[in-house]
Amino acid sequence: MNLPLILLALPLISAAVILLVTRKQQSISALIGTASTAAMFVASLLFLAAKDGETTLLHWATVPGLDLTLGATVDQLSRGMMFVVTTIGLLVHIFSLAYMKDDAAKSRYFGNLSLFMFSMTGIVLADNFAMMFIFWELVGVSSYLLIGHWYTKNSAADAAKKAFCTNRVGDFGFMAGILLVWGLTGSITFSGIEAALPAVSTAYPALITAAVLCVFAGAAGKSAQAPLHVWLPDAMEGPTPVSALIHAATMVAAGVYMLVRVFFLVEASATAAEAISWIGGITALLAALMATQQDDIKKILAYSTLSQLGYMVMAVGLLAGEAAMFHLFTHAFFKALLFLGSGAIIYACHHEQNIWKMGGLWKKLPITAITFLIGTAALVAFPGTSGFWSKELILEAAYEKNNILFWIAVGTAFLTAFYMTRAFVVTFFGKARSENADHAKEVPMIMWLPLAILAVPAVIAGYKIFYGPASALHPTGHEFHLGPVFFASIGTLILGVGLGFALYAGRNTDRLSIPLFKRRFFLDEIYQGIIAVFHDGLATISDLLDELLVDGLISKGGGGLASGIGNTLRRLQSGNLQGYAFLFGAGVIALIYFTVFSV
Amino acid sequence: MSLNDYLIASGLLFAIGLSGVLIRKNVIVIFMCLELMLSAANLSLVAFSRFNLTDGLPNYSGQVLVFFIITVAAAEVAVGLAIIVALYRAKQTTSVDDLNSMKH
Repeated sequence: MNLPLILLALPLISAAVILLVTRKQQSISALIGTASTAAMFVASLLFLAAKDGETTLLHWATVPGLDLTLGATVDQLSRGMMFVVTTIGLLVHIFSLAYMKDDAAKSRYFGNLSLFMFSMTGIVLADNFAMMFIFWELVGVSSYLLIGHWYTKNSAADAAKKAFCTNRVGDFGFMAGILLVWGLTGSITFSGIEAALPAVSTAYPALITAAVLCVFAGAAGKSAQAPLHVWLPDAMEGPTPVSALIHAATMVAAGVYMLVRVFFLVEASATAAEAISWIGGITALLAALMATQQDDIKKILAYSTLSQLGYMVMAVGLLAGEAAMFHLFTHAFFKALLFLGSGAIIYACHHEQNIWKMGGLWKKLPITAITFLIGTAALVAFPGTSGFWSKELILEAAYEKNNILFWIAVGTAFLTAFYMTRAFVVTFFGKARSENADHAKEVPMIMWLPLAILAVPAVIAGYKIFYGPASALHPTGHEFHLGPVFFASIGTLILGVGLGFALYAGRNTDRLSIPLFKRRFFLDEIYQGIIAVFHDGLATISDLLDELLVDGLISKGGGGLASGIGNTLRRLQSGNLQGYAFLFGAGVIALIYFTVFSV
Repeated sequence: MSLNDYLIASGLLFAIGLSGVLIRKNVIVIFMCLELMLSAANLSLVAFSRFNLTDGLPNYSGQVLVFFIITVAAAEVAVGLAIIVALYRAKQTTSVDDLNSMKH
């Protein structure tokens, strides 16, 4: 049985059927999408037992020196990632059945979700850079479509465009990186590159560094690392289940997954690895700072996603690929849980997203509240939860390799504890601060069931027992021990939670107001300004060219020349018979002169 | 009288006719000058015929051609005058300055 092919074909067929056949039958479309994802989930369970290896599924284009194929790599990495993607994909589909119940464009929604599942599967399985790039772009498209699902809303349409354009910047670097790697090693398959790398990296160390940084630019775009992080918070304009699946658990982790897939490249250049770790650390810290001042529950979670992705990228840069993947794995579960939880809250509060208009939801939404608490505990690395083990591993890697980054990571952990406590306390405790929150009722079973299911791995995903065949995701040789790292993380946790409670328990308004954080360090404004300057400059230059070249030289010059010649020649057409006769005679004389005398 | 004298006379005639065609404004006069140019050509043909002797006899081809030209010119005059009359009826003028409808 060719499992990779099945995994790729299922969502593709589902997307095609939904978008081409059952477009009008919205409920059938929803069921088809969910059923295909359920089938994918089963296939991915079987896939967990698949043997390591590479299979070529399709020869796409073969030219001398380059064989473009669609292939599948089966290894611990792809098996584990496939499991994460399909598990969360299935739960998000089920959640969406209720969340999107009254949406007018359910077919489009589920069709695009299937398209996303297809693209993500392609990234996970890809055995060469070309295939990965194709599916990389495909997830970009499906993300664009899903962010802009409610495209009649201006903010959603703008957010979709912003996400697409920002990713374009990163993808340009990614493509340049792929071409550089191909040019250097002569291969685009991961195994081929790995085989050719040692010789190349001793010969051209600077070029390898450039290539790795270019490839990393792609990861920075997709995984929303500074300075390309600006699209992710805005992407929360999409439906909340989409935020959970794409903009928290899977797609944004694709950048980290890709870096771990080409980990041998990162290892080949110490300079690039250091740059990567710094960008990751800075993103983690900046995003955590911004999260402390957000009022929209989804925005808080979005910034925390940025911050956690920063941790993972930092771990990759510190050459702790396993720690990065481990955190990706646990983060996928608890962040999906938090996002779906926020979706349930938003649904219960009639699409209210501002935490200051919620409050007192603990009693009204008990199941949501408890599962949200579990997700929060995992995110703030409460000892015993999955997030604790994975974050501990990253902190340890930082502790060993880079002191400054370690303190940045610890600071981020403190901020994480603080802003999540703030969000939780404001949302669930106190008294209801708006009518919508006052009338909130527990969500239907089909919505809280995925929450309850996700709460399980959010706690136990850090333990070996959970993995089974995917045990490879569990870092090898990791033994937990009491040490400075543990005390630092426990200390920041207590400090952060304590400060959160002290500042926000029983409060109806925000006590802190730090405009710099609330306005995202003014980065959006700065980007807008920079783009405007370039845009205006370019426009001025092209306007000048238009006026001088097109209008002046071509239009006025060319046209003037033609009409000038025309005006001159027009005088010959006098209509005067004798004038014509004279010219005729002159012509004859000239003719005779030239033929008779000048031979 | 040598051939050159005849040719000079013929050339003068042709030049007078041509300048008449180019300068005069009355269509009928232009027409007459045209005939003058034709006669100039005839004169040179006859002159060439007369002076181009083979075995003491002139080359008669030139003279035969002259007769043809006179005949055709007669027909041409008939047609030309008819056109001028028709033109005068249509435009009430015989001045070429007023006959400039080709311009517009």
